[in-house]
Amino acid sequence: MSSPEVATPTAEAVPMPVTPAPVESAPKKDKKDKPRSLWTDAWYELRRKPLFVISAILIMIFVLMAAFPSLFSSVDPAAADLNRSLTKPDFGAWFQFGKGGQFGYNVQGQDIYARTIYGARASIVVGLSAVIGNMLLGGFFGILSGYLGGWTDTLLARFGDIFLGLPFVLGALVILSTFAPVQSNPSAFRITSLVIATFIALGWPSFARIMRAAVLSTKQLDYVHAAQALGARPGRVVFRHVLPNSVAPMVVVGTITLGAYIGAEATLSFLGVGLREPVVSWGIMIGQSRQFMEAAPYMMAFPAAFLAIAVLSFVMLGDAVRDALDPKLR
Amino acid sequence: MGRYALRRLLQAIPVFIGTTFLIWFLVWGLPGDPFAGRCGERQCPQAYVDFMTDKFGLDDPLPIQYLNYLTNLMQGEFGQTFNGTEIGELLAQAFPVSIKLALVAVAAEALIGITAGVLTGLRRGSFIDNLVLVSTLVLIALPIFVIGLVARYSLNLSSVSPEAPLVELIIPGLILGSGSLAYITRLTRVNLVENRRADYVRTAVAKGLTPSRVTGVHTLRNSMIPVVTWLGLDLGSLMGGAIVTEGIFNIRGIGGLLFDSINRRQSGVVVSIVAILVLVYLVVNLLVDLLYGVLDPRIRYE
Repeated sequence: MSSPEVATPTAEAVPMPVTPAPVESAPKKDKKDKPRSLWTDAWYELRRKPLFVISAILIMIFVLMAAFPSLFSSVDPAAADLNRSLTKPDFGAWFQFGKGGQFGYNVQGQDIYARTIYGARASIVVGLSAVIGNMLLGGFFGILSGYLGGWTDTLLARFGDIFLGLPFVLGALVILSTFAPVQSNPSAFRITSLVIATFIALGWPSFARIMRAAVLSTKQLDYVHAAQALGARPGRVVFRHVLPNSVAPMVVVGTITLGAYIGAEATLSFLGVGLREPVVSWGIMIGQSRQFMEAAPYMMAFPAAFLAIAVLSFVMLGDAVRDALDPKLR
Repeated sequence: MGRYALRRLLQAIPVFIGTTFLIWFLVWGLPGDPFAGRCGERQCPQAYVDFMTDKFGLDDPLPIQYLNYLTNLMQGEFGQTFNGTEIGELLAQAFPVSIKLALVAVAAEALIGITAGVLTGLRRGSFIDNLVLVSTLVLIALPIFVIGLVARYSLNLSSVSPEAPLVELIIPGLILGSGSLAYITRLTRVNLVENRRADYVRTAVAKGLTPSRVTGVHTLRNSMIPVVTWLGLDLGSLMGGAIVTEGIFNIRGIGGLLFDSINRRQSGVVVSIVAILVLVYLVVNLLVDLLYGVLDPRIRYE
């Protein structure tokens, strides 16, 4: 976006990797002119963007938090001590090793700082698994309908429409409350995988549509026809030529969707149909803080801030990746 | 255009049947005792179970049950809840409130979002531009329930009264639309910036048209297509997606009714609401597609 004159008039919405130039025509090229693939090109572009660097660092921190929460807090998030119920945040605790209460205590006397740290895991696990599942399932059906066309395409499109016809929160609410009624107490593993499965069931058609569009434009390109003319099997054509060159739009949407899914997970947990105890989740924490908004605003403030920063990081990352992968916008 | 509309309508029929069947199956069709917990702590008396099974036709094979439901729906019969209330009446009370709320939200989105988008798009890189961009990011990042809870307690708002007069719906509507408002702003801005480089805009400027006419007629109209799509789809999904906002402000709309019905396992109400919302969603989708051609005459329907 910084220098519009770089954009060539022939730039396409789905960028293609540059074919390596013959060596003899350009014997002495400096490093800058070396032909780069789409992804190397994008990486060059990304590294220079402050927004990308900031969001990438924030995401690394959240991933670290999800993987090793004990690095950030030595307090057990489930340990409750009613003596400390609704204690205010103690900012002096930041400088005393091993002392809890940095963000205060909730009504059951659990350490809010520790719970906020441990809450990152639920968000990252749900968001990441749901997006990867969507990419695999949606990508598979997208390639199938884009590459084969005809009846397969029509059938898959109509089948996908059935799931797209449901507004997201509404569909998730019905599915989740059917398999895990509000009054029930499913195990942590069961409810987490259920939430992930729900997100995949409702999300795959959008990913399939994006993949299908990309495959449709890629499969008409010369190198795909050449591969087919040389007698390559369909599997080889798809995996060697079509897939690597049509996956970019889905990656962009996947990154942005990850942020949206983290927000959606929190919303459903807040409503009481998504994740629930014993899982520690920002959505649950915010839901619990509802009755104490005036007495203990810090009960909501900290998980809400973490949630907002996590969502924001992924949305910003997605924006940056999109700009980098789409030369038209530069 | 008529043929296109007809084809789209025909295509919508299997989608409607498929989606309603999906929900109907989730709510009614899965194995399990529909009367569990319906009579408090104890088991339901056999007479009650028999009566209800007969009344709701729960002994029929599943396809027959679904067909019966669909035929009734086509005739405007929504059936009764387990307590014997007419579902149609419940819907008639709740729908106007939700529609009002959704309209307030979409109006706020269109008004504020497009204005902010045009302002920033025309002055790219200025202070206002950056300020608006940062605030849209904040709005996108904060989930509605956080904004709603904070607004409700910091402004010290009371619950919305059951009749839900328009004045009381303004703040909930703004909050409901806040996320989309940010998207609309960004969408308008990006499209405006892109279209200002278009050939026809240069021609319009070269012809000597006034700046307001160039922006208003030539640039803005062509930038509105994605915005209108977003607004239309939003109207469709907001009617059912207001569960959180309606919950926080105690608004008695469809979202609240749906959430209550799910919690109290009033299967009939859930299925009816979803069926109507899917119908609304499909019709709105179709209308948006038809509107393309009005906004951009270059788009032709084959």
